[in-house]
Amino acid sequence: MDMQGRWEDIDHLLLRQGTLVGPEFEPCAELRESLHNDLRVLVIGAGGLGCELLKDLALSGFGNIDVIDMDTIDVSNLNRQFLFRMHDVGKPKAVVAAEKVMQRVKGVKVVPHYGRIEEKDDEFYRQFQIIALGLDSLEARSYINSVVCSFLEYEADGSPALPTIIPMVDGGTEGFKGHARVIIPGVTPCFYCTLGLFPPQVTYPLCTLAETPRSPAHCIEYVHLIQWGQERPGDSFDADNPEHMKWIFDKAFKRAEQFKIAGVTYSLTQGVVKNIIPAIASTNAIISAACALETLKIATMCCRSMDNYMMYMGTQGVYTHTLSHEKDPNCLVCSPGVPFEVDSSISLQKFIELLLEDPQFKDKLSKPSISYQKRNLYMQAPPVLEEMTRPHLNSPLFELMEKAGGTLNVNDKKLTGILRVNVSFRGHNDTVMDMDTAGGG
Amino acid sequence: MINLFSLKQKQKEAADGTGGRVPVKKQSAGELRVQKDISELNLSKTTFISFPNGKDDLLNFEITIRPDEGYYMGGTFVFSFKISPIYPHEAPKVKCKTKVYHPNIDLEGNVCLNILREDWKPVLSINSIIYGLQYLFLDPNPDDPLNQEAADVLKDHPKQFESNVKRSMAVKNIRKFATY
Repeated sequence: MDMQGRWEDIDHLLLRQGTLVGPEFEPCAELRESLHNDLRVLVIGAGGLGCELLKDLALSGFGNIDVIDMDTIDVSNLNRQFLFRMHDVGKPKAVVAAEKVMQRVKGVKVVPHYGRIEEKDDEFYRQFQIIALGLDSLEARSYINSVVCSFLEYEADGSPALPTIIPMVDGGTEGFKGHARVIIPGVTPCFYCTLGLFPPQVTYPLCTLAETPRSPAHCIEYVHLIQWGQERPGDSFDADNPEHMKWIFDKAFKRAEQFKIAGVTYSLTQGVVKNIIPAIASTNAIISAACALETLKIATMCCRSMDNYMMYMGTQGVYTHTLSHEKDPNCLVCSPGVPFEVDSSISLQKFIELLLEDPQFKDKLSKPSISYQKRNLYMQAPPVLEEMTRPHLNSPLFELMEKAGGTLNVNDKKLTGILRVNVSFRGHNDTVMDMDTAGGG
Repeated sequence: MINLFSLKQKQKEAADGTGGRVPVKKQSAGELRVQKDISELNLSKTTFISFPNGKDDLLNFEITIRPDEGYYMGGTFVFSFKISPIYPHEAPKVKCKTKVYHPNIDLEGNVCLNILREDWKPVLSINSIIYGLQYLFLDPNPDDPLNQEAADVLKDHPKQFESNVKRSMAVKNIRKFATY
């Protein structure tokens, strides 16, 4: 079915040795077949970056792509999200993007998922060998980062266990600026390690908005944050509701007139309220191309990966700089935690005592609070929480941790960050399932 | 990194055992950090905290302040805190649930405190915000007003301001005093 020469360019990379190849790279034809038949890659987001990524990956020889996006197509997307046409407006992005890529690139299978990333379970994400991100929010990145890093396990020697790593390739753009980065959990910094890289959000002092507005954005934010609550109490604002947006615009326009400020327009109102930055198609194309290439490198090892963050500036010509950010050794999300083995019969109270006695912790802790996943097992302060969590002290830790080992977060005034303690239970490691079935039979 | 040739085998194995499990809710960055903030709260005797959604939801809580000096002595003021999943990148959203006659708090409960908006930094904590709120009651600031009328009264007629505050706390009807 393949046209002659279709994969010629990819083959230049996959069939030849070179000095830039990654570790353990062996040039051979099976590499391309496996890329097409076996490897599964997930693209998160089917918007400006997602459309480009899907096209690039499909044309680079990836044969099994899944794409997830919660949005439907808006008319304002059509200038750059080139997989969509006028008659697609209103349809789910993921579904239309998958269809279009499959029509255009023969032999590729793209499975769409129309929904939120939080709706998928761990097993869904575990199916993929690489995850490419074309997202526009820090929340979504932070979420997927916590999911993928939670799969990460460490070997006894403290090195990350390779089979538990799912590399992520992340792209982001903001007008003329963009970045592409490679996140290999346990090896390169995760999002949480480098949270400070994200630009702070633009906020205005409330009193300026209320009393001394000086810019059109001030007028819009005033209506959005203050006037809405005064004039439409109990009515929760929805940025995707055109009537709501129109209301904000009309009121902001009046307010701007009152203060003799020019420049409040409907599109500026949308921009300020939804924090929209103008998207530039070529920025998306450049960043996505870098991401697709990194995905190909990770998948085939035909070249060493980017290490590990590339920033791009399109304002002064094409400027890029690649730098190697460092992992936070105590990162709350991707660090291994200190291994600690305890007897499965001990209570939480006893566990806390053991922590305070242990030579590796005792100098760092005075009154540790303990939490596990979303549950606060024991909080030393404030008193109201102490009281609510006190009953746990007498419960067996093994039960509190749902009969599995795992990472406990330990908070203490003496610590600057959070201490992660990786608990395993004597006699219960990896045999929990067996014991459960043995008990039943 | 990824051994493409072992993928076939892995996929066969995976095909045997994937059930429809419920999504596991992951702890967000905000939750991890706020756990630390809360376990280290240093509340003065005029400040109280409560968790309306129970011990496992630290992203939503209420702070009650009962000033023991200043214009607002004897009053009880409740603030709701809503922590974003990307806290501390983003400041908590704080609203005053008690109607109060105050130059820096409007009648909808919006609070004008610099560290809640333009001066927020990730190194600040819940403790810093609580100190800031306490300070608002000790030293209301008429130069950065959210309630302009209250600010004007405070600036020009402090005695009148004091009695307005007292009366507003007594009758809980602030709108009466919105104009002087």
